[in-house]
Amino acid sequence: MNQQTGTIIGISGNMLTVTFEGTITQNEVGYAVHGDAHLKSEVIRIQGNKAFLQVFESTKGLKVGDTVEFSDELLSVQLGPGLLTQIYDGLQNPLPELAEAHGFFLPRGVILDALSKGRKWHFTPLVQKGDKVRKGYYLGWVPETQFKHYIMVPYYLEGELTVESIRKEGDYTIREIIATVKDEKGQMHDVSMYFEWPVKLPVKAYKHKILPTQPLVTKARIIDTFFPVAKGGTYCIPGPFGAGKTVLQQITSRYADVDIVIIAACGERAGEIVETMREFPELIDPRTGKSLMERTIIIANTSSMPVAAREASVYTATTLGEYYRQMGLDVLLLADSTSRWAQAMRELSGRLEEIPGEEAFPAYLESRIAEFYERAGMVELYNDEKGSLTIGGTVSPAGGNFEEPVTQATLKVVSAFHGLSRERSNARRYPAIHPLESWSKYESFVLYDTVQKARDFLKKGSDVHQMMMVVGEEGTSLEDFIIYLKSEFIDAVYLQQNAFDPVDAATNPERQKYVMNQIYEILGSEFQFSDNEEARTFFYDLRQKFIDWNYSEWKSDEFNSQEKSIKKLIEGKKKHA
Amino acid sequence: MRKIYNKVLSVSGNVITVKATDVGYEDLAEITTRLGKSLAQVIKLEDDIVSLQVFAGSRGVSTTDEVRFLGRSMQVAFSDNMLGRIFNGSGMPRDGGPEITENLISIGGPSVNPAKRIIPRRIVRTNIPMIDVFNSLVASQKLPIFSVSGEPYNELLARIALQAEVDMIILGGIGLKFDEYMKFRNTLEDGGALNKSIFFVHTASDPVVEGLMVPDLSLAVAEKFALQGKEVLVLLTDMTNFSDALKEIAITMEQVPSNRGYPGDLYSQLASRYEKAVDFDGAGAITILAVTTMPGDDVTHPVPDNTGYITEGQFYLRNGRIEPFGSLSRLKQQVNKDTRDDHRAIMDGMIQLYAQYLETEEKRSMGFRMSTWDKKLQKYGKLFESGMMDLSVNIPLEEALDRGWSILAECFSTEETGLRSELIKKFWPKKTESKGTEV
Repeated sequence: MNQQTGTIIGISGNMLTVTFEGTITQNEVGYAVHGDAHLKSEVIRIQGNKAFLQVFESTKGLKVGDTVEFSDELLSVQLGPGLLTQIYDGLQNPLPELAEAHGFFLPRGVILDALSKGRKWHFTPLVQKGDKVRKGYYLGWVPETQFKHYIMVPYYLEGELTVESIRKEGDYTIREIIATVKDEKGQMHDVSMYFEWPVKLPVKAYKHKILPTQPLVTKARIIDTFFPVAKGGTYCIPGPFGAGKTVLQQITSRYADVDIVIIAACGERAGEIVETMREFPELIDPRTGKSLMERTIIIANTSSMPVAAREASVYTATTLGEYYRQMGLDVLLLADSTSRWAQAMRELSGRLEEIPGEEAFPAYLESRIAEFYERAGMVELYNDEKGSLTIGGTVSPAGGNFEEPVTQATLKVVSAFHGLSRERSNARRYPAIHPLESWSKYESFVLYDTVQKARDFLKKGSDVHQMMMVVGEEGTSLEDFIIYLKSEFIDAVYLQQNAFDPVDAATNPERQKYVMNQIYEILGSEFQFSDNEEARTFFYDLRQKFIDWNYSEWKSDEFNSQEKSIKKLIEGKKKHA
Repeated sequence: MRKIYNKVLSVSGNVITVKATDVGYEDLAEITTRLGKSLAQVIKLEDDIVSLQVFAGSRGVSTTDEVRFLGRSMQVAFSDNMLGRIFNGSGMPRDGGPEITENLISIGGPSVNPAKRIIPRRIVRTNIPMIDVFNSLVASQKLPIFSVSGEPYNELLARIALQAEVDMIILGGIGLKFDEYMKFRNTLEDGGALNKSIFFVHTASDPVVEGLMVPDLSLAVAEKFALQGKEVLVLLTDMTNFSDALKEIAITMEQVPSNRGYPGDLYSQLASRYEKAVDFDGAGAITILAVTTMPGDDVTHPVPDNTGYITEGQFYLRNGRIEPFGSLSRLKQQVNKDTRDDHRAIMDGMIQLYAQYLETEEKRSMGFRMSTWDKKLQKYGKLFESGMMDLSVNIPLEEALDRGWSILAECFSTEETGLRSELIKKFWPKKTESKGTEV
């Protein structure tokens, strides 16, 4: 293979214009040579003999006339055992290893192996010579943290393949050949325990996609009960700054009932991802009793890291998610924030001098966002097992205004919308998901009628509140006032959840159903009050008891006795016909 | 030495173009005009056409002026001799002292590897109760002060600089008014802090482009000192001027504006500066306090809006006071659990009561009847404003907490405060002492 090279003829920000001879491919990787450093870049437009490349690093010091080496490969990630517990940058460079080799700062033009070359994995074969396989079929497995990491037929091999040889059970590195397969044309292919896959191509090594219906339990009450997410589904969390998007993502990454969590910190504060990086290894996953890090991959491309790599980081994270989905696992990808990713596209589009759309975002913004969320899904694999990739993205709309292009394009393609509101976060009502504006197309595990009743009260309560702002409490009838108090009650004891309390932070589905039933009963009950003041005192009392109930361990003695005292309080005030 | 070019092809805004080869991106050039010498930086290369932004502005640039490329990007000296000195936006002395050329370092260096950061956990005491008690400043935090023009934000910065427990202070002034800058200098001099400070000052009368370098100069020097184990506080005022300078260049370069004329990369530009705030694993820290003036008091304006998404909270300065609502230190939870038992309780309790006071005030202005409870709140609100919120209050954290208790005791009975009983037992002032004390 001849190494294709080109010459830089223009530099503007992180974009290079390069002349070349011969063949180059769209999205091919090139390296701008600057002294010893090779600056990774990607072809994003070709025009005649001119190629436009976005550079994933700072272009400082590059000159017109410098050489670009083309690689003939699309921007890819390495897939194989050893991904879990890793912390990568947007291009799959392992950050801890980089720190070890280069100290405090991220050096330019250094590329490290994403997966350890030397580490041995204990391989157990699952096929025999002569077996017919296809891309994505399991050839064997190695243990990776608590999972069986299946070694698969690489996704780039098409058609039916025959296993010609397979290694015996034993310890191998990822580079050793563990199998040889023959394709339909009789050509032989060596297979090792890892392969590369272009990040921008969705992995499709499965039978078909199926409708996501199984709830993904996040243990956040307002989400699970009111605005649920399904395994393999998509949801978005737009909100102004300070409304708690990142905290909500952090809580979800801890408590969500999935096998694997991939956190893509895309153009956000470094401090936040540092918290996750430093705390996760210490935290215990209640499902497995192991460290949370064992089920986590972090892709950290924070706001001060190169913009083009930010654009790539979202794709890198998605590809890793699809890879684990192929093993029959439930994967949750949390992207924070997709607005930064969209802004990276905007910067690039500006440098390409494309005709801008709304707020200077490129015209293809919507289709790119759609493509990204469409990579989520529950799939049926060739072995009839199911795997899922759920995508949850935060959106940071300018000025907190949801009418902007990224929020709108996202709302078109996701199936659940958790809109955060500044009023709720100012009032310290966390999580600040707006109960009237948010929606979800998925079904909750809590009975529909129960949820609907609560929703009704929230809506009516908000209307009464509006009215009270004008006429004052004196001008509000006792009946309306009680509706308002009931809605405030649901808000305080159910929608709001204390993320810093070990018990309240995560509510399991049984408990959610149980508590919702209790609330349903209260909402349906009529109470005997002489005036507004008495009603208020009663509901404040009830609220206090309920909050204490929330703080007590599920089905503990404290839980039971608190429940009794709540029932007693209610019975005392109920109207008896 | 380096090649010299004598033909300026175009002059547009503060950007000039020259035909030249072998020029690196972001390299510096020196241009000699009839008005003197100025630095210029390469911002675009297209074949042999080089676009440069001229720091001193394009005024007086003629088509035959001399352009000499320096073959390097912007650098700044780094030495202990810089302490107590004042430099301009190009890094040249502005205090009449000698030029410092030792130990030159590049500015705008690479970003810190997240794996080398640690979770911040040291409080930076400022002796301002609205900060220390209610929104503690934490070493390595990046916090802007959102404010409208005319508010005493620079006085506030100067006071924090004077009182904060840090090893050194770097002030980056962008578009600073001359008298503001002199006031800063005098305040620090009078307070005896000048010898641990370095100033990079670009005044409102200096060419706009020169202001663009100020944050990078300040932060590059800060970073080096932090790596030596120093606790550095960087003050930047005013970042809205910085953003406006970015806007000016972007428009001159005919970039497509995204929002109100600001370039699409405003977020990344601001982030790459603010993200220099860091607590190094095994070395010092950089804390950044910046002023962001909000045109028209509009927090959705692109500059404060983008800033809010980048920084770890914000202080709202309004009517000469730090607003308790809206102001937020995202990192306060990391430190306020270790200061004193009652810190969090006082922080939440007093703010909740103050919120109730504001509701009462609203009711009063609408003509509703005032109950006894309302009257208590009114008394509380006034004491809170004068004893805690007023910027002239200058007391250490512990004293501020004590004062909080005495204000509460003066206005309310113990149950009315909603504070936990064990704390009340420990901290509630004895009756005789609380009457008419210092507040």
